Amino acid sequence: MKFQAYTVSKYNFDECMKCTVCSVYCPVLQVNPLYPGPKQAGPDGERLRLKDPYFFNYALKYCLNCKRCEVACPSGVDVAGLIQAARIKYGQDRPTLRDRLLASTDLMGTLARPVAHVVNGLTGLRVTRAAMEAALQIDHRRVFPKYSGRSFESWLRRQAHAQAAYKDQVAYFHGCYVNYNYPQLGKDLVKVLNALGVGVQLLDKEKCCGIAYITNGMSDIARKNARHNVSVLEEAVHGRGLKVLTTSSTCSLTLRDEYPALLGVDNTGVRASILIASRYIYERLEAGAQLRFKPGFRKRVAYHTPCHMEKLGWGVFSERLLRRIPGVEFTLLDSACCGIAGTYGFKSENYEASQAIGVPLFEQIRAVDPEVVACDCETCKWQIEMSTGYSVEHPISILAQAIED
Amino acid sequence: MDAREFDVIIIGGGITGAGTQRDCAMRGLRTLLIERSDIATGATGRNHGMLHSGARYAVSDPESAAECIRENRILRQIAAHCIEETDGLFVTLPEDDPHYQATFVDACRRAGIRAEVIDPAQARRLEPSVNPALTGAVRVPDGAVDPFRLCAANMLDAKIRGGQVRLHVDVTGFIREGDALVGVHTRNRLTGEKVDYFAPVIVNAAGIWGHGIAALAGVDIKMYPAKGALLIFAHRVNQMVINRCRMPSNADILAPGDTVCIVGTTSTRIPYKNLFNVAVTPEEVDLLITEGAKLAPSLASTRILRAFAGVRPLVSADDDPTGRSISRGIVCLDHEERDGLKGFITITGGKLMTYRLMAERATDLVCRKLGVDKPCTTATTPLPGSEERSYEAVAQRIWEAPSTAQKAAASRLGTDAARLRDDRAGTALVCECEEVSVSEIDNAIERLDVSTLTDLRRRTRVGMGTCQGGFCACRAAGMLARAHGDTDKARKDLRNFMTERWKGNFPIGWGDTLREAEYTQWVYKHVLGL
Repeated sequence: MKFQAYTVSKYNFDECMKCTVCSVYCPVLQVNPLYPGPKQAGPDGERLRLKDPYFFNYALKYCLNCKRCEVACPSGVDVAGLIQAARIKYGQDRPTLRDRLLASTDLMGTLARPVAHVVNGLTGLRVTRAAMEAALQIDHRRVFPKYSGRSFESWLRRQAHAQAAYKDQVAYFHGCYVNYNYPQLGKDLVKVLNALGVGVQLLDKEKCCGIAYITNGMSDIARKNARHNVSVLEEAVHGRGLKVLTTSSTCSLTLRDEYPALLGVDNTGVRASILIASRYIYERLEAGAQLRFKPGFRKRVAYHTPCHMEKLGWGVFSERLLRRIPGVEFTLLDSACCGIAGTYGFKSENYEASQAIGVPLFEQIRAVDPEVVACDCETCKWQIEMSTGYSVEHPISILAQAIED
Repeated sequence: MDAREFDVIIIGGGITGAGTQRDCAMRGLRTLLIERSDIATGATGRNHGMLHSGARYAVSDPESAAECIRENRILRQIAAHCIEETDGLFVTLPEDDPHYQATFVDACRRAGIRAEVIDPAQARRLEPSVNPALTGAVRVPDGAVDPFRLCAANMLDAKIRGGQVRLHVDVTGFIREGDALVGVHTRNRLTGEKVDYFAPVIVNAAGIWGHGIAALAGVDIKMYPAKGALLIFAHRVNQMVINRCRMPSNADILAPGDTVCIVGTTSTRIPYKNLFNVAVTPEEVDLLITEGAKLAPSLASTRILRAFAGVRPLVSADDDPTGRSISRGIVCLDHEERDGLKGFITITGGKLMTYRLMAERATDLVCRKLGVDKPCTTATTPLPGSEERSYEAVAQRIWEAPSTAQKAAASRLGTDAARLRDDRAGTALVCECEEVSVSEIDNAIERLDVSTLTDLRRRTRVGMGTCQGGFCACRAAGMLARAHGDTDKARKDLRNFMTERWKGNFPIGWGDTLREAEYTQWVYKHVLGL
C-alpha cells in the first residue's frame, strides 16, 4: 500500500492535534476575552481563511507575537507564524500614524539623536504624554526609553583601528535600541569581547530588523529592510568570514526566523552565523578562554528569560553565563511573559492587558527582591523597570561590570 | 402531530425525498416524509458535494448534461446558502488524449454549458494547486454544494408549509386496498413504536434502497448498486473544482467543500446485501491518492481526514460491469401504468444536481393522480436561508463586527443565522475546528429534527473538522442529553458517534490522522473516563 510519507502544510498547520496546550500558554488569552487564542486564531482559523479570506478575524491584532504557543506546541506547528502571516495577508486595518511612529524605530532614533535631551525632557512630561494619548492613542502611563546624544555606530567607528588589532573578529548587529537609546550596552559587549581577544566590527550599514514594521502592518518596509540586511549579513559572513553577534533576542529571532517565515526573504546563507552574544561568549569560555573577574564583585541577580529567547532556545546561555560570574547570587525567574511585546504595550487599547499579563512576573520579582533583574530584551527592560521599579540590565552589561577594566 | 392521514407519503429522506416533499407542500398537499435513518444518509450525503455544470456528462450523456446546467443555474438562485460559485477546470494532462478537449468543448456547448478554453498558464494562475504539467484547460461553471444543508433546507421549507417528517422510522409494510396502496406500516427504530399512516399516493424516493421498498410493494425495479469511494483532505488545497478532461473515470474530480476538499470517485458494482456496510479498501485509497495527486500534486502530502463511500442508485437494464456508461438520467415510474399498482410512484436515477427536477416530475405525477392542478414553483422560490445571495452581506447585516464563528454561521445558515442567540453562552464554541456555536446547535435541535449526534453533525458540521469529534462530540452530547432529558442515551450515542468517526479514519489511519485518533482515544478513555 502506498501512503503519504510526510504531511506538508504551510506553517505545519495540518500537524495540529487540537490539544490546545498553545491556548493554555497564551498570555493574552488569560487577560483579554476578545482574543480567540492561538489555536482558534492559528491552525483552526487557517482552514476557514483558506476557504474564504472573509473569515479573517480582526481580533488577531491582539496577538503579541510572544511565540509561547510555538514553544508549547508538541506538534511543531508555527502557531504565531500562522497568525502573523494571516495578519500580513488578510489584515485590512491600515497602520495609523501612531503605528507608523512606533514602528519606525530607526527613523525616530535618527531624528531624536541630535536633540536627544529635548526629546527626553518632553517625553518625560505629563502634559506631553497626555497629548500623545489624546492625539495618538499611545498610553500616557507608558514610560518612554531615553534617546542617546551619540549613536553607538559613531562611537565604534572611531574605535575601528583599535578593534582591528585583535586576533579574532566578529561583526555586531547592534539594533536600533543600542544605536539610538543605549549605546552603553554595545560598549559593554565590546569590552567583554576585547577581554576575550575578539575585535568588533560593524556591518556595512545595518537597518532596523523590521519586527515593529511586521507587527504594525507595514510588512513591505520590513521586507525591504530584510533584503538589505541579508545582503549586508552575507557580506560580513561570506566576504569577511565573520560570525554576527546580537544582544537583542527579538532582533535575533527576526533575522533568523521571521525573514524566511513571514517575509519570504531567504536567509539560509547567513542564518547559522547569527548568534546572540551570550551564546558566543559562553561557548568561548567553555572552549577554555579566560576572563579576569574583579575579586570583590557581589550582585544578587534575577534572570528573566524573554519570550523570544525561549523560542530561540538560547535562554540557557545567558543563564549559564551569569551563573559563572564569581560573586553573583543567581535566581532564575519563572517562565512568564512581561506583557509589553515591543510596541504592543505602548498602545492605549493594549495597556491594561499588557500590564495584567505581567503581574505574575512583577510579583515574583518583588518577592525575590534582587539588586538587579537581568534580561536580554530591551522592551522587557522598559516594562519591568516601569512596572516594578527594579532596575534591569543586560547579562552582557553585568558581565562587563564583573570583569577587570 | 397525531395526524395519520395525508395526501402523500414520501419514503426516503435523501435530497429527492426532501425535494419532493417541499414541492408537494408548495402545491398545497398534506405531506409526510418517512426516513429509516437520518436525512442525507445515502447517496445524497456521500459524494463530492459538487455543483456540477453538467460538463462531466456532456460527451457520454448529453441529456443529463443539459439537465445539470439548467438545474445548476436554478440552484444558484434558490439555494444560495448551500452553494459556492467556484467554477471548475477540466484539465488535460500529458497522458490524456489531446484531441478529447475539442470533442468535450463541442459537447458542452451543444448542451448549453459555458466552456471556455483557457491557456494552461492562466489555469495555473486561477488555481495554483493544479498540476503544473497540464497541457490544456477548459473553464466551466462547476461549483460546490453542501448536500446536508440543501436537504435540511428543503425539509425545513416543507415543514414550514405544514409538512411532517418522521426520521429513524422504518417502513415495514404497505397497506393495500384491492389494487391500490393506501398506507404504510412503520416502526420507529429508536423507540420501537409502531404506527400506520395513510395516503392515496405513496412516493418511493429511497434511492438505492428503493429496490427493497418496491419489493415490499410487490413490484420489481432493476437497480445497479455502484459503490464510489472518496477521500476527504483536512483543508482546502483548491478553490476551483478540478476535473480531468477525459471520458469519466476513477478519481478524476477534486472538489472544494466548505473547509475541506474531496477527491473521488471509484466505481465498483456491489451486491445488495452489502448496502448497509460499505467499506473503503486499501486499493481504493491507493488509487485515489495516486490519481488525485495528478490533479493537484500537493494532495500527495496533504493530511487526509477520512475515507468514505456511497452507493449510486443507478437504474439499469443492461450489464455494464462498471456502471460508468449508465445514464444519470431521471427515472420516474408510475406503478399503476407499469405494474397495475395504484397509488405508488418510484422516483430514482438522476443525481443530487437534478433533485429539484426529479421532485417536480414526481410531484406532477402525484398531482395528476390527486387531481390537483397547481404549477411547480420550486425553481423560483428561494429555500429558507437563501433569501440573500452572499453570506458576507448576511453577516454584516446581522452583526456589527461578526466574529469568525458568526461569519461561519452565516455561511452555513444564510439568512436564518439571524435566529441565533448573541449572548455570551450562545456564542461559546462547541466545535472549534468548524467554529460552531452553542446557539447554532440549539437552533438545529429545535428546528431540524435531531435525535443523535450523527444527525447533528449533518446539520451543523459538528465533528466534521480535523479533530473528528475529539473536542466537540462530548460537548454536543451533553447538550443533547439536556435537550432530550436522557443521559444514558446520550452516552451510548456518543460511543456510536466516535465509532462512526473512527470508521472513516481507519482506512487512512496513519501519520497525523492516527496521532489525532490516538490523542482523542486518550482524552475519552483517560480524561473523561468513558
